[in-house]
Formats: sequence, structure tokens, C-alpha cells
Amino acid sequence: MIRERNWTRITEIKNIPLREGRSVSIDGLELAIFNLNDRFMTIENRCPHKGGPLCDGIVSGTTVVCPLHGWRFDLETGVAVRASSPACITTFPTRVEDGIVLVDTSSGSRIEPAEAAV
Amino acid sequence: MKQLVVVGNGMAGVACVEQILKLGNDFDITIFGDETHVNYNRILLSMVLAGEKSAEDIVLNDLDWYRRNGIRARLGVRIANIDRDARVVMDQEGLATPFDKLILATGSSAFIPPIAGVEKKNVHVFRTLDDARALLEKARKGCKAVVIGGGLLGLEAARGLQLRGCDVSVVHLFETLMERQLDSAGGAYLRRQIESMGIRVLLPKQTLALVGNGRVDGLRFASGEELETDLVVIAAGIKPNSELARKAGLEVGRGIVVNDYMETSDPNIFAVGECTEHRGQTFGLVAPLMEQGKVLAATITGNRGPAFAASAPAAKLKIMGVEIFSAGSTDDAEPGVETVRYEDPSQGIYKKLVLKNNRLRGVILVGDTSDERRYTQWLREETDLSAQRRHLLFPPPETDAGLEVAAMPDSEIVCGCNGVSKGAIIEAIHEHDITTLSHLKTCTRASTSCGSCTGLCQQLLRAVAPEFQEETRTTLCSCLPFSYEQLRDIMRGQQLKSVQEVLNIYGNRKGCEVCKPALSYMLDMLWCGGHEEDRSARFINDRVHANIQKDGTFSVIPRMRGGVTSPAELRRIADVAEKYKVRMVKVTGSQRLDLLGVKKADLPQVWADLGMPSGQAYSKGVRMVKTCVGTEFCRFGVQDSTSAGIELERRLENLFTPHKVKMGVVGCPRNCAEATVKDIGMVGQEGSWQVVVGGAAGKSVRKADLLITVETTEAALEACDLFFQYYRENANYLERTYDFVERLGIEKIRKETVYATDSERRKLLDRLQRSKAVSKDAWLERETPVHPTQFVQIEPIERGVDQRLEKTLA
Repeated sequence: MIRERNWTRITEIKNIPLREGRSVSIDGLELAIFNLNDRFMTIENRCPHKGGPLCDGIVSGTTVVCPLHGWRFDLETGVAVRASSPACITTFPTRVEDGIVLVDTSSGSRIEPAEAAV
Repeated sequence: MKQLVVVGNGMAGVACVEQILKLGNDFDITIFGDETHVNYNRILLSMVLAGEKSAEDIVLNDLDWYRRNGIRARLGVRIANIDRDARVVMDQEGLATPFDKLILATGSSAFIPPIAGVEKKNVHVFRTLDDARALLEKARKGCKAVVIGGGLLGLEAARGLQLRGCDVSVVHLFETLMERQLDSAGGAYLRRQIESMGIRVLLPKQTLALVGNGRVDGLRFASGEELETDLVVIAAGIKPNSELARKAGLEVGRGIVVNDYMETSDPNIFAVGECTEHRGQTFGLVAPLMEQGKVLAATITGNRGPAFAASAPAAKLKIMGVEIFSAGSTDDAEPGVETVRYEDPSQGIYKKLVLKNNRLRGVILVGDTSDERRYTQWLREETDLSAQRRHLLFPPPETDAGLEVAAMPDSEIVCGCNGVSKGAIIEAIHEHDITTLSHLKTCTRASTSCGSCTGLCQQLLRAVAPEFQEETRTTLCSCLPFSYEQLRDIMRGQQLKSVQEVLNIYGNRKGCEVCKPALSYMLDMLWCGGHEEDRSARFINDRVHANIQKDGTFSVIPRMRGGVTSPAELRRIADVAEKYKVRMVKVTGSQRLDLLGVKKADLPQVWADLGMPSGQAYSKGVRMVKTCVGTEFCRFGVQDSTSAGIELERRLENLFTPHKVKMGVVGCPRNCAEATVKDIGMVGQEGSWQVVVGGAAGKSVRKADLLITVETTEAALEACDLFFQYYRENANYLERTYDFVERLGIEKIRKETVYATDSERRKLLDRLQRSKAVSKDAWLERETPVHPTQFVQIEPIERGVDQRLEKTLA
């Protein structure tokens, strides 16, 4: 099934430095967008552990580490990596067009923790 | 005394001599080596090339060993002829040395394939320490290097050159890397791993010519393609050095022909090592050569009996992070053989076992060599595996971690290279009261060659020696498997100045929250602030210069030197607290004021309104100097601790340290500002200062050690500077001074700081001054942010341009 994308123009790519994240508030969502050099990725900006701002985390490959207690999330799947209990965050389709980062805020996807634990 | 002459000072020859000594030596021994070095571990040459070990690290027998055992070492002397009738060997100068028995251990040299232009400059081979040194001189950062040969040695050389910063390609004649040890699937897995390290692999490629005018600048392949390069290393195999034997009329095939007792066709001449040919086979791996040495030692000392039987060849690649093991015959085309295979592409793991009649014939392991020993034993003992068919690829789960060692029979070989059994190790541990791995190495030679049995030796030590001391060599993290010392050497030696560069060349390219801040610190310290700062490698606190709190807001602590403030400052602080609705104003334990609950976006304006410098309360850096009022007001004060404390804080503020540094200065021994539980403290007394270091009153409580007592305030401040810089340069990241002082011992620290030579002290202070000169108040980034969006939240374009962002961008 082909679903129509609902891309929102967010910001110029230069506003998000290489291997860092920035937060953006849009459509009632708090998002964190990361610049991984070859692509940009978007997740919800809230760690399910204690609500830490993931946009402030250190990026390691395609994962980000929460600055509060070191929970680590895969930016592609949103699944917590090596966490003590299964946890997930929502990820959002992201692309770049003419130097602008676009996010589809209506197509957030989330792997349920039970699935993630497998 | 009978004269024993050994031609060849390499691993095989000297190992044989060691065995002869062990059996009780009646010979007067002379060893000739055409290299000028004492016997070193040739297997580890690639680590010298990689900068992971120094030339000294790989020495197996130092000059003292030769002296102690009464062995004449003639180094840098090449034997040109053997006169079998006169029983003398002749060196190039024509000097004769008589022998009763002669051992030829001439080794092998690099095989140079028939390629045009191999004589050009910058074309190297890689067999000796001198070869490694010559390569090191050429292997500059960014230099293009091509290794011809994708075998064991070629790949190790390629990784070594890459670690030196070269842009490396491996050119291989065959379809499969390490084709003598791996099958095509195993080779493909290996290729992927090598390529993921950033080494280009070109195969199958036949090199026709090396081109260039005098100096090589490219390769031409049979396919007609060309490849540019600055440097070529030929690692296309080895050939036995048998020329000397051939000239002397001994029986020579590809190598010097020996029988099962290592005797040549002349009853007084023997051969051992890579120069030999036994039953049509030549050798290039260390384990059988050690076995040969033992056999020959028995033969030559009149204990002829043990016969040499070449065991199944086993090879292991020694590249950190690439696990390859291959042993036995892995040809599965033979009739009657069965193949058992396991593959996990995402993990890069490939295992293949070849069996015949329920017995293991050969094994290939890629990506996970943890079962290597089990397979080696099955191969050697030709174990009947019918009962273990369900556990061929993975051992049944262990119930007891120590079981592996306990379950080994005493006769089982732990160190395959040097043939040391479990029993021999246990015996040595008891006999010599061995408690460390290095002592075990000197006594038994176990784990001195390829090092792959190190873990097992440690397990044995742990099990057998109650006093076992783990030799701690802290590696930073799994992204970058090097110790702090190695990393500092690497960065300094290779002139690396950015975190990503270090990770790309030496690590997994990704890094993590552990190693990135550590590398950031080390680069800043090593280059005295002249590194390439990468904020993405810093923790959020060091990106926005404030301490992140549980709700994602920040705490702001301005610098208040010596804990001294003024009414004007206090008013500004109060105004800021109200203006930004600061949730709490807190007096800290460090004589400062903390404004809690500030939003990230407000930080620059908060700092501007405060008009005070950053207190670095969020950083692994200089926190503060706590002081008492000293002679200024106190009835008991004997030193002006307030001024001294403010001065100390001024001298060191804005600098980064391995962990936070808290200091204290007190004006008399009543110690009201608790200087003796600070990282650095100055305790005033009548006419002098005590400088104390390594104190703590947090997670740990520790009374500081006395570094030195000096008369003047200036001398005390200088002692603080010396310790401070020494700690910066030598502590591991996140190591507080109290752990650092305990690890090194205060005597060593005194010797290398306050009691060091004038010039050493001067150098420490100079480096501190250089760092200090480029350091600045981090809060000035309010005016010149490192990035326009350093403090702001992104405002989405499609909901109108955010004015704040626009302003910042302008």
C-alpha cells in the first residue's frame, strides 16, 4: 500500500552540526533530529527511562546515548540497545531536499517493547 | 670443549640453543646473526610497524642472556662459506671459525615474484626489524601504500601501515585472501572485515610491473589497469635460505633437507627452522619450528630419540579486531570428508569444520576464534568425535568458569608456539613462586610468541597462584582497544588532532559516550589546546557549559575565585535569579552560588547578565579553590590564604583535567577550608606552606599526601602547577587525583614533579603555560558561539521563521 507522505520542512541542514542533535517542537511533538553526515534521522526527544532530552546525547554510529543515565537508542528502529528492560521510542521518516531537512511527523513508527525484546 | 656454531640468530636457532642449555650444555657456543639485533620475536614485527610495540618490546633474548649463558654472539656477521672438510665456517671477511657441530638456522627471506621494477626506490620487503624500521621512515600519514600479497604477513603489514595513517591497498594474485588457510567463503568474510577497517582489497590481480622514474609511483596489472602509490611492500611469501648449504654440497631441495632427527646429509651439520625441508615440506609458522628445536637439541646433545613429525599447520592472524584461525587440511573436495558449517553474516562469523571418519581434519574460524584450542586438541589427538557431534560448533554450556582450566589434562599444550604444557606451567608457578604473567613468561616462555594463549595463562595463574596479581593495562573502551599510554603515544607520534581521525584510523569509526569525551580531553591536553575541537564528541555539559539536571534544564555556577564575592555580584546574581525565574539558589559546598533550573536557550543571556566567568562546575576541569580568611581577618592566620587561593584559581582556571579538580588554601594548620581533603591543597604554617595532593571528601575519603614544604607563596603555587600538569598528562581519563596518587605512589610523583631536574620542571610548566595561554572563559561563547544553534531549539520553517534563530544566524 502506498501511503501519501506528509513532509514538513523543518530547517536548513547547516543548523544541525555533524554528529549532533537538535530539538524541534512541531505539531505537538517534541522531536530530536540528528545529523549523521550521510543522512539525517528523527526520533522523539524523550527518553522513556526518565524523560531525558535525547537531542543532547552523544551520537555513536547510528545510536544516541541519553545524557541523563546513558540509555542508548538505535536511531533507525528506536529500540533501546543493551537496556536493562525493553524500551522503545518513536522514529520519524526524514529526508533532505535542497538543503532542507524534512520530517514526516504523521508517520512515526514504533516497535512495541515486547517485539523489541525478542 | 666441543665447539658448537649456530648460523642464524633468529627464533628457531635461539630456541634450539635454549633447549640445548636446558638439557645440560657441554658445548662452547657461538651464534652468528647477519642482523645486528639480538634475538627478537619476528611474529610481532607487524605490531612494531603498527606502533603497538617498540623494538625493545619484542626482544626475546637480551645481550645479558647471551653473556649469562657464555654464548658468543657475533651480530651483523654473515657466514659466506662452510668448509666441511676443515670443519670451519667462513664469514665474509674470510675469518674462519672452527666447529665440531654446526647448526644451520638461516631462516628464510622474502620471495620476490617476477615483477618488473622491483628494484625501484620505495619498494620494500617486510621480514626483519630493519625492514620494519625502513618502512616506518617512509610510512607518513596520508601516504599511499600498496601491499602485494594478501596472505598472513601481507595483511598484518597492511594493517600496520594503515595504523600509521597510510592509505593502504592490498593486491592479491588469487581470488581468496589467505588462500592457503581459508576457503572462498572464509576469505570473503575476512575481506569484508579488512575492508571495513578502511583497507582496499584488490583481487584477483596480477602485478606485472612497478612503474616510476627511479622511485615507484604506481603498479601496472595484467588487466592493463594501473594503481598510483607512494610505497610498495612485497609480502608474497618466503623462500628458505638454503644457498649456504647448497654451496657446501649438502642435500638441498627447496630447503635444507633434514631427517626426523634434524640431521642433514653431513653427520656434523644440522638444520632447524624455516631454512629446512622435512619430508618434502617447508615451514613458515612458528609452532613446528619450536618442535624442531626440541628434537634437534636432543639429537645434538647425544639424546637422539625424539623424532620430528610436522603437526597440522595452524595459522592465526594477528590483527587487533580481526579473528582468523585455520588449522589442518580444510579441503572438503576429498572423498569421504564431511563439512560442518556455521555462518552469521551480520556478526561476521564463519566456522567450518572438515571431518573424516568422525575425526577432525581441518578447521577455519573467522570472527570468533574462542574455540581454537578445543579444535587444535581434537586435531592433534585425532579425537573420536562421535559422541560430540551435537557440540561440534559450540561447546556445551559451561557450568563453572574455572572449569575450562580444571578440565585440561596436565599434558595439554597451553602455549602452542613454545610447546609449554599446563603441567609445566603449574610446576613453574610453584617452583619459582610466580605471581605475575611477566614472571611466568620469563620462567616458561609461555605466551611470549604470538600471545594468543595469554588469557589461558592468566586463568591458570589465577587458579594456581593464590597471590596472583593481575597486571592492569586499562584499555579505554572496546571502540578503541588501546591503553591510555598507547593512545597518547599514537596521537603524539601520528600527529592526530581530532577525535574522529583517531577513531577512523585506530577505532571502530563510531566511538561512544565513553571514548569520545576521553579522546577530546587527551587531544586538548596533548596539543596544549591546539587540537581540532569537535563538540559532538563532548558531553552536553561541555557543549553548553552548564550542568544538565534531571529535567533537562541546567545549573549555572559562576566563578567566585577563592569563594570571595562582592555586594555588586550578589545583586546581579539576585536579579538574574528573579529575571529567569530560577527555581532554586543554592550555596554549594565549594563556596559558590548555584542557580538551578535554567533553560538551555536562556544560558547565553544569563551569563551576560551575570557578567561573571564560568565556574566550570559542569566540567572535568578546574572547579574552584576554597579558602579561609587567613591573615586578612583571622586571629590565628599565619599566611594570606585568600590572596594565595585567588591567585591559584586564576592560574589554573579554564583548563581541562582528567577528572574534576577541587582545591583549597588555608592560612593555618586549623585547616578551616579543609585543604587536606582536596585534590590540591596549600596549608599555611608559620614561615612556610605545605602543598598536599590527592585528598578527597566525596565518594572516597582520603587525606592528601604531602608533596613538598616550601617557604614562599610563589614556590607553593609552582608546586601546585607542577602537580596539576603532571596529573593532566599522566592520569587516565576519569581518574581522580586520589586514585592517581595511590596508583603511582607519592614518591614517584615527587621525583617527577617537585624533585625533577630543572629542565624537566621547566618543560612541565611550559606545557601548562601553553595550554593556559589559549584557554578561555567558556561563557564567552555567548558572544561567539561555536555553532549558530549551539543553545537554541530549532524553529520549523513551515511555521514561520523564528526571530531568535534569525538573530543568532545574523
